[in-house]
Amino acid sequence: MPALRAEGVYKVFGRRPGEAVRRLQAGASVEDVKPHGTAAVIDASFEVADGETFVVMGLSGSGKSTLIRMLNGLWRPTSGRVMIGDTDISGISGRELRALRQQRVSMVFQHFALLPHRSVLDNAAYPLALQDVDRTERRRRAGEALEMVGLAGWEDHLPSQLSGGMRQRVGLARALAAGTDILLMDEAFSALDPLIRREMQEQLLELQQTLGKTIVFITHDLNEAMHLGDRIAVMREGRIVQIGTSEQILSDPATDYVAQFVADVDKTRVLTAASVMVRPAAVVTTGAGPRVALREMREAQASAAYLVDRDRTLRGVLRDDDVVQALRDGSDSLVDLTRDEVTAVSTETLLMDVFAPSAETPLPVPVVDDRGRLVGVIPRVTLLEAMSRNLADPTTVSADADPAALDGTTTEVSA
Amino acid sequence: MSVTSITSVLTDPGFRLPLGDWVDAGVDGLIATFGGLFDLIRTVLIGGFEAVETVLITPPMWIVALVLAGLAYLAKGWRLALGALIGFLVVQGVDQWGNAMASLALVLVASAIALAIGIPMGIWAASSDRVSAAVRPVLDFMQTMPAFVYLIPVVIIFSVGPVPGLVATIVFALAPGVRFTELGIRQVDQEVVEAGHAFGSTPRRILRQIQLPLALPTIMAGVNQVIMLSLSMVVISGLVGAAGLGRDVVSALSRVNVSLGFEAGLAVVILAMYLDRITSALADRSPVAKALRTTSA
Ligand SMILES: Nc1ncnc2c1ncn2[C@@H]1O[C@H](COP(=O)(O)OP(=O)(O)OP(=O)(O)O)[C@@H](O)[C@H]1O
Ligand SMILES: [Mg+2]
Repeated sequence: MPALRAEGVYKVFGRRPGEAVRRLQAGASVEDVKPHGTAAVIDASFEVADGETFVVMGLSGSGKSTLIRMLNGLWRPTSGRVMIGDTDISGISGRELRALRQQRVSMVFQHFALLPHRSVLDNAAYPLALQDVDRTERRRRAGEALEMVGLAGWEDHLPSQLSGGMRQRVGLARALAAGTDILLMDEAFSALDPLIRREMQEQLLELQQTLGKTIVFITHDLNEAMHLGDRIAVMREGRIVQIGTSEQILSDPATDYVAQFVADVDKTRVLTAASVMVRPAAVVTTGAGPRVALREMREAQASAAYLVDRDRTLRGVLRDDDVVQALRDGSDSLVDLTRDEVTAVSTETLLMDVFAPSAETPLPVPVVDDRGRLVGVIPRVTLLEAMSRNLADPTTVSADADPAALDGTTTEVSA
Repeated sequence: MSVTSITSVLTDPGFRLPLGDWVDAGVDGLIATFGGLFDLIRTVLIGGFEAVETVLITPPMWIVALVLAGLAYLAKGWRLALGALIGFLVVQGVDQWGNAMASLALVLVASAIALAIGIPMGIWAASSDRVSAAVRPVLDFMQTMPAFVYLIPVVIIFSVGPVPGLVATIVFALAPGVRFTELGIRQVDQEVVEAGHAFGSTPRRILRQIQLPLALPTIMAGVNQVIMLSLSMVVISGLVGAAGLGRDVVSALSRVNVSLGFEAGLAVVILAMYLDRITSALADRSPVAKALRTTSA
């Protein structure tokens, strides 16, 4: 039996939802039924197996949030059935629904949805308090969940004292502490910075290996979908247009829309700079002098370093020989030494557009965010690796490319 | 009837819309039907008012002043306590202490009742757009209708003394209690409320554990407003016979007695500042307000 099943699920917002569904079933288009209401989800059917990570992907407004909210009964389908195990949740009472949410399905939210006035530990223990678990047991289990997501030692802090990534770890710990088999995650990582986001993805995959939860994960990001999903459902304007593994979707797109989405089966056209970038080895801030810059390079065993402002805005590249020369000349300013021989790319740049900048220099190509701040680099070897890998299997690229993604919380604590 | 015939009736100098007569008849009808209820309200209000007034007036002035200053110390700190103490000495110095305590009793009882009605109404209005839409014009009416106007029927119903003043004050001060509570609850991050539902909480528990705590700073701003509006009604209460600072202001006005008017007025200002600082200090002390102030360890 599947852990979760949707059968012909519709959700229409508006004045006459029932009528809209009848017309849609008779073949009317979304535009035709507009006067009766907004069709957010149309005829969605799928099964999620026990222990599977099922990703729902689609652009903004395609109905993803509406769909996931029907899976735990936050919203009732206008038509169709949602089954959790063998329970049809459309037909049960409010009390039964609450019991089901406490015991079977928990949720992680896009903007974390923590209780700001309660400590990290109390936030993680919140579902257990609702389940009337006694206080010591509750604290023990919440503490365990926090440890699982790497937040041991932060129990007594308030959410406002944590970085975005850490807050979402609390959100994840809360869902894990609930002890349910099913986890719903609505754009759980979308609000996080690219590198933190990657760390969270790795952590989820790691946890998933030991916990084996059934996960429904919503995202609008193809990279994330392919990285996390055992299977992916692509949604467009309320309809699920294809369900399959990332390989199936890449190699055999069901519609032109999906084909466009995964353009040319060439993953250098699908994967973005953010998805393969790694942490820059040597970074020096403009306030520092030549000595600091040299030490930084020595420690990183690199012959060059990236010079950034205090707010991490990229200023240019420093070469070791220039810095040594400056040290001999007794010069103090690093800014004058920078060479702009390296072209930076943005996080959203597709890999195919990173080749040109990469060919210009032996140095890793710096990746900057929309405010020009250095967020990562792409070494040439990473790029070549991504290109040479089996085209239908892009999911592992980002996992291997960034050893830093696997270690702990270092970046966020300082963020 | 055609439009022209309606306008000709309305512009006929002999015609008058008998709205006032209807209200007159309505008040008479009210007294006839709800006389028992009005008596009950009267008894409850007088009882509450006299109990609080007795507590404030019976002990020697300095004990009450020290207790009030002590509350200020607990709410905010020694500066506010010291300021309050000096203020109270000034009030005593101009011989308005008894009046001030009578007015304070009136303000406290009226505010407590206004909040006891207003906060639940606000919670209800926040939970339903329909209730909210129905409540809003009533609140507008209560807040903007000049108090003198409804004072007349209130005096007819409850006769003179503290009760009509209390009733008029409650009516006037009710609105911000409802409005701020509704606003505060509606402003709570919907995702957090959704999280409550998603983990299987009941609506009642979500109200208690999520919506009310997160709305508390806003609700406290409403409490502050209710108290300030109650205090602004002190003079009007004096007009219909409530004891206190208001009565002195009214008699100063009728006798053109500048010094008495100023002294009583100053006592009102001191009370207002005391109550305002205490309630805003309490708002700052709510757990959510504290949590939101705390950023990065
Ligand atoms: N409560 C509501 N009332 C009316 N229409 C709604 C409601 N919620 C969603 N919709 C509509 O349903 C459609 C799907 O919305 P939904 O939030 O499910 O999309 P989404 O895929 O999650 O988008 P996003 O990526 O922006 O979160 C949209 O057209 C939206 O305007
Ligand atoms: Mg959404």
